[in-house]
Amino acid sequence: MKVGLFVTCLVDLARPGIGFAALKLLEGAGCEVVVPESQTCCGQPGYNSGGREVAKALARKVLAEFRDCDYVVAPSGSCSGQMKVATVHDLFKGEPDLPEFEALAAKWYELSQFLVEVLKVDKVPGRFDGTVTYHDSCSGLRELGVKMQPRYLLQMAGAKIAEMDGAERCCGFGGTFSIKLGDISTRMCENKCESVRATGAGAIVGGDLGCLLNIEGRLRRTGDRDTKVLHFAQVIAGEG
Amino acid sequence: MQIQSMFFKERATEKLGDALLQGNMKKAKGKFVDGRARAVAEFGVWEELRTHAAKIRDRALDNLDAYLVEFERNATRRGAVVHWAESAEDACRIIVDIATRNGVRKVAKSKSMVSEEVNLNERLEAAGVQVVETDLGEYILQLAKEPPSHIVAPAVHKSKEQVAELFVQAHGKPRLTEIPAMTREAREALRDHFLTADMGISGSNFVIAETGTTLTVTNEGNADMVTTLPRIHCVITGIEKVIGTFEDFASLIRLLPRSAIGQTITNYLTLTTGMKMPGDTDGPEQMHIVLVDAGRTKLVGGDMQEMLRCIRCGACMNHCPVYQNVGGHAYGWVYPGPMGSILTPVYVGLENAGDLPNAATFCGECAVACPVKIPLPDLMRKLREQQFDRKLRPWAERMAIAGWSFMATRPALYALFAKVGARVGSWLGGREGLIHSLPGIDGWTKGRDMPAPAGRTFRELYKQRSREHG
Repeated sequence: MKVGLFVTCLVDLARPGIGFAALKLLEGAGCEVVVPESQTCCGQPGYNSGGREVAKALARKVLAEFRDCDYVVAPSGSCSGQMKVATVHDLFKGEPDLPEFEALAAKWYELSQFLVEVLKVDKVPGRFDGTVTYHDSCSGLRELGVKMQPRYLLQMAGAKIAEMDGAERCCGFGGTFSIKLGDISTRMCENKCESVRATGAGAIVGGDLGCLLNIEGRLRRTGDRDTKVLHFAQVIAGEG
Repeated sequence: MQIQSMFFKERATEKLGDALLQGNMKKAKGKFVDGRARAVAEFGVWEELRTHAAKIRDRALDNLDAYLVEFERNATRRGAVVHWAESAEDACRIIVDIATRNGVRKVAKSKSMVSEEVNLNERLEAAGVQVVETDLGEYILQLAKEPPSHIVAPAVHKSKEQVAELFVQAHGKPRLTEIPAMTREAREALRDHFLTADMGISGSNFVIAETGTTLTVTNEGNADMVTTLPRIHCVITGIEKVIGTFEDFASLIRLLPRSAIGQTITNYLTLTTGMKMPGDTDGPEQMHIVLVDAGRTKLVGGDMQEMLRCIRCGACMNHCPVYQNVGGHAYGWVYPGPMGSILTPVYVGLENAGDLPNAATFCGECAVACPVKIPLPDLMRKLREQQFDRKLRPWAERMAIAGWSFMATRPALYALFAKVGARVGSWLGGREGLIHSLPGIDGWTKGRDMPAPAGRTFRELYKQRSREHG
């Protein structure tokens, strides 16, 4: 089974460890993983800033890069939403290349969904003794239905999950929103951090690096140096 | 209402620092969100009903011309006069005309957001007509001289104590502390106005084509008074509120109060079909229905027509994490929250409300909560596309997107920039790995650190690994 890993631009730039954790999990489960070198970005920042044409250009680029893979996996619900939902329901709706994007969407998986629903893993290499709380990122949750999969995997690694109040509420990241409307974004993030603190968990875990950088940035700014902020892939791969 | 939407960002920041408002908003949030969740869970076939309701609204909008003409025919048959107002100005002129022609000195109003939209009160007052708002929330705001901050609960931003203070000043009675007593006092003050008003003005949640009926949902019964006691009744509403049949209404009314505040049904449903006819014991001697366009037809037949499905329940704002934190006044016009972030730019011009389509993380909660399945984030994105195409966003923002687009489509260049960026970022982050401030992203770093990149990009490390492992 040839699996293309879509690393995501944020993981490439800021947290390569998440990419290697994903790689370890996929290879460990017996997948032949390819990482096309020319990949850059799914196009969502442009798409959500009104740049429809550049979003389409990048979607076509991604399509070409992963055309010969059986599956494509990304450690992000947000980028996966862009490639599974935005392309098919909006960007290429009614256009001649729609069938190709439908085919890409059908074989594209967010990492936790791929591990649980396709590979049906029953063990993970990582071991985490402690309590975590899980933040549901918006795109993964509401566009793709990512909810129990990462929790199931975390529990497989031995983590206890203390659910926070409002786990499904947006952390305020929203891509460029976090810079354009920084004050509102910060307040939304502070609300999220309050919920995290209330659980007493030693780590906040999520599935999208944008949200995680946002939450980490606010926790650190408010003096919390201890709470770990982790991608679930790092935890279950044993690289947290 | 004066448009202040161009100052959204500044006003939002101000509201975030308003401790009293923040406390009031927090209280309201739980009531709306939990209430709706309970009502939806009890209902059972909620998704099916939403789908059905979206179809009802689409059918009406696809046949808007025919439905409106049918409504006019049936309403006219029952003695009502239907007026067509192309603009806000037309709507005001028509109603002021009716008032002056009939020697109206006092108007009792039930809640109408369209009347807020067209600035009706101001115009009536300028013509020497006294206007009394009779919805409790609107009454409070009239005393406070403030615009509504929510389309269903206009005074949601006010605390009990703030209202008590307003009542002391307005009624000259001892300060009250309990809400039921305050409500009673307001009822007593309003009773006289119902009896002495020459004209009643009401909004309309829906207008029904097959019967010529207008209808208003309230929890206080004030619309019953406004529509029956004064000698003239005037309805003001938007042309998009038309639906085909009573059957359609039966479906929509199951969604509206549940979505709004988790009620299975409101305390009052005021249905008005025409004026007092021979044999009727009461009712107005004249009934006027003013159907307002004021920008709505711009949406008909276009790629944003879905917005006109809106049944004004407020669920989108109740569930919006931006609205929950800044409140309705920050949005600077009549309609706040996600629905307002679309309607305001469409009705008053994108150049006057540029931040509103951007005041969303696209978290999607509004789209899930919307009872008529309006894809609110998608419509906001369409407005962002218009801003992009018309170069309406600030220069720096446009350059950033242009620069990013240029690089993201050129892998070799992108890899080089990422490599340099990862190193510079890592260096800026220092030993603790946190960037405390960075020009260009100060919107982020004002309230948060930026966790620094690790130092080398995934692609560099992956290449190295491939070399080492062969």
